[in-house]
Amino acid sequence: MSRETVAELGARLRRGDATPTELAAQARTALESIADLHPVLRYTDALTERQAGRAARILAESPEEAGPLCGIPFAYKDVLCVEGVETSAGSKILEGFIPPYTGTALQRLLDAGAVPVAVTNCDEFAMGSSNENSAFGPVGNPWDPSRVPGGSSGGSAAVVSAGAVPFSLGTDTGGSIRQPASFCGVAGFKPTYGRISRYGLIAFASSLDQIGPFTRSVEDAAHVFTAMAGHDPRDSTSSPAPVEPVAEQLARGVQGMRLGIPREYMAEGLEPGVRSAVEAALAQLEKLGATLVEVSLPSTEAALSTYYIIAPAECSANLARMDGVRFGLHVDRKSLTDTYLETRGQGFGPEVKRRIMLGTYALSSGYYDAYYRQAQKVRTLIAEEFDRAFESVDALVSPTSPIVAFPKGDKSDPLSMYLCDILTLPVNLAGLPGISIPCGLSEGLPVGLQVIGPRLQDARVLRVAHAYEQSTPWHTQMPPPAPAVTGTPS
Amino acid sequence: MAHADAAAGARGDGDAVMTATSAVSTLDQVMQRWEPVIGLEVHGQLLTQSKMFCGCSADYIGSPPNSNTCPVCLGLPGMLPVMNRVAIEYTVRSALALNCEIPEHSKFDRKNYFYPDLPKGYQISQWDMPLSLNGHLTFTVDGEEVRCGITRVHLEEDTGTLQHAGDILQQARSSVVDLNRAGVPLMEIVGEPDLRTPAQAREYLVRLRQILVYIGVNDGNLEQGSFRCDANISLRKYGDTGLGVKVEVKNMNSFRAVQRALEFEIVRQGRLLDQGQTIAQETRGWVEAKGATISQRSKEYAHDYRYFPEPDLPPLHLSAEFVDRVRAALPELPQQLAERLQREHGLSAYDAANLTAEREDARAFEALVAAGVPAKVAANWLMGEVARLARETRIPLQGSGLGLEGLASLIKLVEAGTINGSTAKELLEELYLAGGDPAAAVRERGLGQVSDQAELERLVDAVIAENPAAVADFQGGKEQALQRLVGGVMKATRGRADAKVVTGLLRERLAS
Repeated sequence: MSRETVAELGARLRRGDATPTELAAQARTALESIADLHPVLRYTDALTERQAGRAARILAESPEEAGPLCGIPFAYKDVLCVEGVETSAGSKILEGFIPPYTGTALQRLLDAGAVPVAVTNCDEFAMGSSNENSAFGPVGNPWDPSRVPGGSSGGSAAVVSAGAVPFSLGTDTGGSIRQPASFCGVAGFKPTYGRISRYGLIAFASSLDQIGPFTRSVEDAAHVFTAMAGHDPRDSTSSPAPVEPVAEQLARGVQGMRLGIPREYMAEGLEPGVRSAVEAALAQLEKLGATLVEVSLPSTEAALSTYYIIAPAECSANLARMDGVRFGLHVDRKSLTDTYLETRGQGFGPEVKRRIMLGTYALSSGYYDAYYRQAQKVRTLIAEEFDRAFESVDALVSPTSPIVAFPKGDKSDPLSMYLCDILTLPVNLAGLPGISIPCGLSEGLPVGLQVIGPRLQDARVLRVAHAYEQSTPWHTQMPPPAPAVTGTPS
Repeated sequence: MAHADAAAGARGDGDAVMTATSAVSTLDQVMQRWEPVIGLEVHGQLLTQSKMFCGCSADYIGSPPNSNTCPVCLGLPGMLPVMNRVAIEYTVRSALALNCEIPEHSKFDRKNYFYPDLPKGYQISQWDMPLSLNGHLTFTVDGEEVRCGITRVHLEEDTGTLQHAGDILQQARSSVVDLNRAGVPLMEIVGEPDLRTPAQAREYLVRLRQILVYIGVNDGNLEQGSFRCDANISLRKYGDTGLGVKVEVKNMNSFRAVQRALEFEIVRQGRLLDQGQTIAQETRGWVEAKGATISQRSKEYAHDYRYFPEPDLPPLHLSAEFVDRVRAALPELPQQLAERLQREHGLSAYDAANLTAEREDARAFEALVAAGVPAKVAANWLMGEVARLARETRIPLQGSGLGLEGLASLIKLVEAGTINGSTAKELLEELYLAGGDPAAAVRERGLGQVSDQAELERLVDAVIAENPAAVADFQGGKEQALQRLVGGVMKATRGRADAKVVTGLLRERLAS
């Protein structure tokens, strides 16, 4: 099953060649076989069984109502709440937390008949670019277990890359879907901010967070996106705009499209292998009939510092509820202050603490104007530069990451880690849709191509990515077989 | 009286440094030297059905602890706020009643601090773009018109409540958290430091509460804390325009407490200043039992709330049409109503103010007048016997057994001369709670006035015959002797005669 897409598995289910329960069991076996990579934090046993049974009934009793995701197994990141399933955000402070509610995105997948199988490892509270910040240990990259899968949605990228599940969910605040998709050689789509409800997503930075899928094909990404997208009255920041049908647009190709190449995204700092793969991809798009135009996004340089003020500022407030009073870790001390200090001191890891400190500082009286307010202004500038660029081009194309997957422990200083996200952060700051798709290998490791579109033009992003994908073999590449496999390979 | 309380309280205040020889200044003495500058911050819970950002009931009183909660107001991970539109409308309504401007653009912000009654670790409030700005409230104290500016009226969410063993959390051995109140819509009305006396502060609160209750946004309950007040107070020399070091006073849960706390603070601060000491900028709490304020938190521990825009809620845009609609639907405010009652019904300013203190009283008055009761008669009944019974029984007329219609028919029996005033008062007393038709009671029990002329003349003649001494006194020029004879006739009719008619008959008979 490891090469099979959502579309192919769906066809098998409809033919009666497989049942949802069998597919879920296969996925479980496959996930167990890559336990060495540690991408899974827990299995959703009871829910899996229930949901597989439900999907089977739909397929048997009213197959005309069964959508493309009905009966398809998937995994989701440990920041998405599902009623009755432990959700810990990769953190000790939430270990054992069982939400009494299901987030909207997950609920819509459940309604579509998709079958959750596992909860995936991630950086603590989605803060990181390597999955090394998980309180429950790092994740290995299926292409080279000594390397990181990227982050923060590393586990979700790894399970799709390894072929254990046809799709998974991640979240992207500064690149946390696209960068691991790039590192692991799969498609990773971050929709427009507000296109998918954040209700039930444990917030990192509320104005930047967005849920999206990892898949093996752009068509699959479109299916998963369509199932989750649309207004949700429980998320006031979700867009009320109707969701345009994606499937019809997918196959239209890029003939006649104008694609912008941001000069600043192709600057020095790109690994040579990444540069050559992306340049080849650009040439391919040109061959498919697109016109390539160089554009400039001069504020790109400021995006990193802007992001590292706004995101920590929001997280410093979002994580304040983790206080040991009502749920999660509680370290009992004599005084209230000591209880707060010890609970949060023991419960949060170093990167989370660093960002809480950064954000608290940036919002402090006397510093607010110099940092937070200034960052908001630059954020507006960045968004306006994108708007201007989209006046002359239909979409932007760039590398997803300047580098390929790096060895675990390689980037111990935070700033060098932050620089990994330089090409993805601006997209979140502007609230735009962006996707990463495989566009080749550099020294045996996947390289990602990023396509960025205007706000709410999610379908256009998928259309460009699909055209490229269908004309190249990269999305069919699988990681080399792992040297030591435990369990039974599927 | 209140002055004496304040002085007594000051002596018991551990913070005030006093020597045995220092003269004990009274409030009046302090206020001759120092001008108080007072600004009030009022928090009012809005009478919406649901909480500010979730579907839980805003009516939390009486629910078992933590039962009136949901994942949103418990601040569980992944939960998001959804604005209560009615709360926005109520706040705008209040702001308009207080003559505020409503900016087109507004937003919510996060106010960050850790406390167990604040589930998210931040309160959703409004910082630099409140729903309204620049209003004012005008009222009269001791015949002097006072105009107090309203800086802003903004909207936020209430916190939960804590109960702990000990006066303050830091010293408590154990505490319990109840989040039933967390997330209830809370309107904050920030007043300018335009008030100069505790009496003005009190009247400001009375008027403000009256307006909020009138327009149906708040129940005005100080005891239960649905209407709460914090006061900022500083002293300065008369003629100075700058402001002294201000002290914030909290924990006052009655109008009287506000006045007493301010009086206490004036005396406390005045004495310190008289001794050449400086006032510490701090928050003090009013302790009713001690009649004193005590220091709660000094400026050094002041919070940096790190306000920033709430990213989970889009900015608010209030269209001119919306504001106009709310303005048009604004009910008549107490002052307007009082003026109209004077104009239309010829009431005195005193009666009009009295009848409009509670909107229900004014409604009752208008209903009685509409039912044909003369205005002054209606006012006297409502402000007299009915007010007394409402106070004693703690049941307003509208909720009583007699009700508005019963009262109207009772008064009309008096006006028609069917019963006299004292019979009516007895009936009112009897029927106020029990209810029943006054006309029927009069009929069934023969309480009607003896209005048969022949019968009255017979009784008058009999009383004259039985009381020769009184007759002689009266005829000898002792006017008050007539009252004895009137009393005799009333006694004979068991109070059912019209005393005026009886008096007239007696004069007629004795003159002839």
